[in-house]
Amino acid sequence: MARAVTPQRKLVNTGVAWAVGLLIFFPILWTILTSFKTEAQAINDPPLFLFFDWTLENYTIVQERSNYMRFLWNSVIIAGGSTILGILIAVPAAWSMAFVPSRRTKDILLWMLSTKMLPAVGVLYPIYLLFIQLGLLDSRAGLVVVLMLINLPIIVWMLYTYFREIPGEILEAARMDGAELRQEILYILTPMAIPGIASTLLLNFILAWNEAFWTLNLTAVDAAPLTAFIASYSSPEGLFFAKLSAASTMAIAPILILGWFSQKQLVRGLTFGAVK
Amino acid sequence: MGRIQLKDVTKSFGDVEVIPPLNLTIEDGEFTVFVGPSGCGKSTLLRLIAGLEDITSGAIEIDGADATDVPPAKRGLAMVFQSYALYPHMSVRKNIAFPLRMAKMDQAEIDRRVDGAASVLNLTDYLDRRPGQLSGGQRQRVAIGRAIVREPAAFLFDEPLSNLDAALRVGMRLEISELHKRLATTMIYVTHDQVEAMTMADKIVVLRAGNIEQVGSPLELYKAPRNTFVAGFIGSPKMNLIEGAEAAKHDAHTIGIRPEHITVSATEGVWSGRVGVAEHLGSDTFFHVHDTGLAETITVRADGEVGFNHGDRIHLTPRSDVIHKFDAAGLRIT
Amino acid sequence: MATQHSRSAARLMMAPAVVLLLGWMLVPLIMTLYFSFRNYFPLRPDRVPGWAGFDNYVRFFTSSAFWPSVQTTLVIVGGVLVITVVLGILLAMLLDQPMWGQGVVRILVIAPFFVMPTVSALVWKNMFMDPVNGLLAHLWRFFGAEPVSWLSEVPTASIVMIVSWQWLPFATLILLTAIQSLDSEQLEAAAMDGAPKLKQFWYIILPHLSRAITIVILIQTIFLLSIFAEIFVTTGGAFGTRTLTYLIFQRVLESQNVGLGSAGGVYAIILANIVAIFLMRIVGKNLDA
Repeated sequence: MARAVTPQRKLVNTGVAWAVGLLIFFPILWTILTSFKTEAQAINDPPLFLFFDWTLENYTIVQERSNYMRFLWNSVIIAGGSTILGILIAVPAAWSMAFVPSRRTKDILLWMLSTKMLPAVGVLYPIYLLFIQLGLLDSRAGLVVVLMLINLPIIVWMLYTYFREIPGEILEAARMDGAELRQEILYILTPMAIPGIASTLLLNFILAWNEAFWTLNLTAVDAAPLTAFIASYSSPEGLFFAKLSAASTMAIAPILILGWFSQKQLVRGLTFGAVK
Repeated sequence: MGRIQLKDVTKSFGDVEVIPPLNLTIEDGEFTVFVGPSGCGKSTLLRLIAGLEDITSGAIEIDGADATDVPPAKRGLAMVFQSYALYPHMSVRKNIAFPLRMAKMDQAEIDRRVDGAASVLNLTDYLDRRPGQLSGGQRQRVAIGRAIVREPAAFLFDEPLSNLDAALRVGMRLEISELHKRLATTMIYVTHDQVEAMTMADKIVVLRAGNIEQVGSPLELYKAPRNTFVAGFIGSPKMNLIEGAEAAKHDAHTIGIRPEHITVSATEGVWSGRVGVAEHLGSDTFFHVHDTGLAETITVRADGEVGFNHGDRIHLTPRSDVIHKFDAAGLRIT
Repeated sequence: MATQHSRSAARLMMAPAVVLLLGWMLVPLIMTLYFSFRNYFPLRPDRVPGWAGFDNYVRFFTSSAFWPSVQTTLVIVGGVLVITVVLGILLAMLLDQPMWGQGVVRILVIAPFFVMPTVSALVWKNMFMDPVNGLLAHLWRFFGAEPVSWLSEVPTASIVMIVSWQWLPFATLILLTAIQSLDSEQLEAAAMDGAPKLKQFWYIILPHLSRAITIVILIQTIFLLSIFAEIFVTTGGAFGTRTLTYLIFQRVLESQNVGLGSAGGVYAIILANIVAIFLMRIVGKNLDA
């Protein structure tokens, strides 16, 4: 949609859009900047923007004091594990729904979606109790399973919409060429769907990384991921702005970078294909 | 070997019966063409033979062995799809080698066969390219290459030329025919184009609504169509089918006269009419003639030099020895 | 396109996902229903567990905390929806204009969506809304005003603003996608017909966006009904910021009154399902197309 506009008009657009964009981004920018200040500079009046003594000491202190790496590792394991497990379970299911649709396929898809809408708090205690009984409380394995189940409907949906774009004739050709079902999925479908699988992986990794109900309620120390790590800064450490900022920056940086790569898929994944 | 027999085969989708009980034998080495208008069930029939769809009842035998419940991977048939269905993420070499890899053939043999097929199909220079980098005709040849390397019992072609432009189609038609002559393997070819059917087939199977209307060699179908549907479908331009008083003169409900079996004259003939459209092809001219006193517009094929134009008066004489007669049910009267 | 063979394979391959989700749905749901009819205090051995009938439902419904929590929930959900949809439409239309560096602006606008809820809540709470050292306090003082103690004086509005910041990117992104699918010839035709900009917006752009707006509202509602971390981190449910979700959380985990909390959970499930039904209709219709 290339619309011709006058350069003046374009200049105004650019100015307004950049101003609004920076305003929205400002809290993140401010956090990143503050993370490089000393505590004194962080609460300086008037606030310091760029002209302060840049320092990395907050990062080392945060790491030493709260063992950031352990929380990071927990986040990686929990978000990564739940996403990969979810994809392994969802690929065969999405294959079935995309290439062997039946009258019930639509109902199953919608039903899967409906499980996503079950309010977590409504089932908090049963899950809590089951976790205690099964010895899963504060374990990474338990959270991997729960987050996998939460995101499974989205994973199935996204893969389903991607698979539907692959012509069925190609899979039939593989069948005629002597490929068994396993080989058909492994050698033909998966390589062809790599872009779709990658974006599904990315988006669900982000969703799992940021999940902050189950990760807060089902962990204590051992399995706590970054969401809990940050929540522990609530008080009184929260008053140490520079350290809070360093911790926050470390918690969001990996995902901001991944997120920027997946913005296109975001729409598709979160609207279940209703908006493309 | 590739003798394929369909015994009382039926196919229903839900409550809709698309193939009523059907019997057909395709002899080993035969080039058989399924032809019919779209929606006649010809592609479904091919997919039943391939095993991509279950038959609802009946049996399919390949070389005398019951193949009804054998999955497509194990039937030993190769298929060329309308969309070519090449694997976009594999090179041409990998595409052609894929069925051999699935058969766990050793690498040396795979290379030998792929190179052999590539040289036959003029693909040697393209083996390292991806399908996306090839022209339509080349993709078609890759699809054929992928089919021939495994030396199947029979080849199945599902409208393989319909995505190609007209000039390429004629060339590929010849290539497939030559391939058949050289390999002498059973081929089943689905098309809606009666020209492809006439030029390539040993045996044509004309289908309508899942029913076999007629089976025979191209010339048999041309010379003795069993009913008005086959008469109208085979031959180009279409046979003139005339009903009413003119047909009654021949003791028939309908008579059929091919355009090439009518002579034209400026001065005299059985019918006289006015030229509606004259299509000059160079070698031939087709006249569409109105106002002959018949209800139907009559199509006539004449030499390229015959020079009538729109609005001219024209006289027509059918050759009486090649008038086809059909009864009220549309069946041929012999 | 299928054979008996592939259909049974399909059923088999769908089974793990279906069974898992069925278990994930039914087991806790049945347990919650069961608990909701029980008197159950896991940390109070002095109180004997027993059947409660509908007592929990009645008590949850009639407790002094219930209606305020519903009200807070509605204010937060409604406030965030209005802010994100209105600003989202404006922002989407702005981003759709020709400009330099569109890709970068897009990234800036989307960024808050990727910030984990606990981080955004904490950063807002301390670095912006702190009445002494917060940036907003500096700003207020700069204009000679008395700094506001945001989270205790206007706690609900503060939470609405934090959550809106998080969800504005989502609304903007979806509405932008929808705007970009609008055929520009339609607008040109309207301009040719002499429609002024405002009328173009009202009669062409807005109707075109109506579907996307509905989807934004429904999906956000589902997520917003269960916001948790933002309240957990900022006010802990104090100062009248206790939503239905948070109330149930407190009943179940803080005061360990499982029966009462479960009854509340059932209310929450019913509420979410009412919204879900509308969303499913739209998604389902889209599936046919």
